[in-house]
Amino acid sequence: MNRYYWILGAFAALVALLAVGLNLNPRDVPSPLVGKPAPAFNLNVLATPEKTLAPKDMLGKVWLLNVWSSWCISCRQEHPVLVEFSRKVDVPLIGLNYKEVRGDGEFDMSKMPADEEKKLAFQRANQWLAQHGNPYTLTVMDIDGRVGIDYGVYGVPETYVIDKAGTIRMKHTGPISPEVLTTKIMPLLAELNK
Amino acid sequence: MKRHLLIALLVLGSCFGSSIAIADEANEAAVAADPVAEKRLQGLSEELRCLVCQNQTIADSNAELAQDLRHEIRIMIKEGKSDKEIVDFMVARYGDFVLYRPPVKGITLLLWGGPLALMLFGLFALQRYLRRRNARLNAEDQPLSAADSSRADALLKESEQK
Repeated sequence: MNRYYWILGAFAALVALLAVGLNLNPRDVPSPLVGKPAPAFNLNVLATPEKTLAPKDMLGKVWLLNVWSSWCISCRQEHPVLVEFSRKVDVPLIGLNYKEVRGDGEFDMSKMPADEEKKLAFQRANQWLAQHGNPYTLTVMDIDGRVGIDYGVYGVPETYVIDKAGTIRMKHTGPISPEVLTTKIMPLLAELNK
Repeated sequence: MKRHLLIALLVLGSCFGSSIAIADEANEAAVAADPVAEKRLQGLSEELRCLVCQNQTIADSNAELAQDLRHEIRIMIKEGKSDKEIVDFMVARYGDFVLYRPPVKGITLLLWGGPLALMLFGLFALQRYLRRRNARLNAEDQPLSAADSSRADALLKESEQK
């Protein structure tokens, strides 16, 4: 009889292990970039295409980098949260528009010249912000997604918290919910701005 | 004992040695242009996980990110980067999770050592069980005592008479 208890115990342990494993979010991949300097870029600004922005322009400020796109469905879900955030909180929120045209899948990119893609990307991004509200201090355009690769972007939306020294302090993959904002992002911003 | 070990080894062996390759038009054209570089690309991208689909390699996946990363690897190969530099590039951005063969270090020790530890534990338990079973069977094989033996004879005789 005794050894059946042992088998039952082993089975219960296995069930517990599987229950924990199945409740983990496989999309929650820890970013190796946390604690590292924000990768450099120099991208055109959406509102003023003749100007560019680089992360070093933001040194001395705590800021958020939010990766978005007009074709990204989850971005619509988080957008009101960002709009609300930008009204209440005085922290620069920089948008990184990721593969606005070629990421959509609606276009045959082999037939589209680069200048046409650029024009269309600016037009679509502007239109989307006009329609849904613009929470961004400014948005930069990552038309070919090259900067996205440097930031390890694999699912839009993603959000990075970057400190005064230009170090990434947090990465959130997926839409920001009001809970994530109040329980994780806001306390971190308060701490970094101390 | 030896036979059990053999079976265990056979089962282990069958888990290794399967790989899949994909070929679409763009890939074929690129292979024709530079077969050596493409072979390297193929080898490298089979080692790297596509983070969008998670259970496919960059070689197998047609997700856009996988295409972008294959493109990125192609450029790095052209620039003359070594395999290690390319893999490091990916790990720096996406973490150890991109590697289908994660490095052996503190946090992955259970991952690497777990199956071996489980197998050793199983073999140990099996050996213990077999040894006990043998001991039990041997104990039961003792010759009958004089009293039992005469009782058995009496019973046998009784059944013959019927």
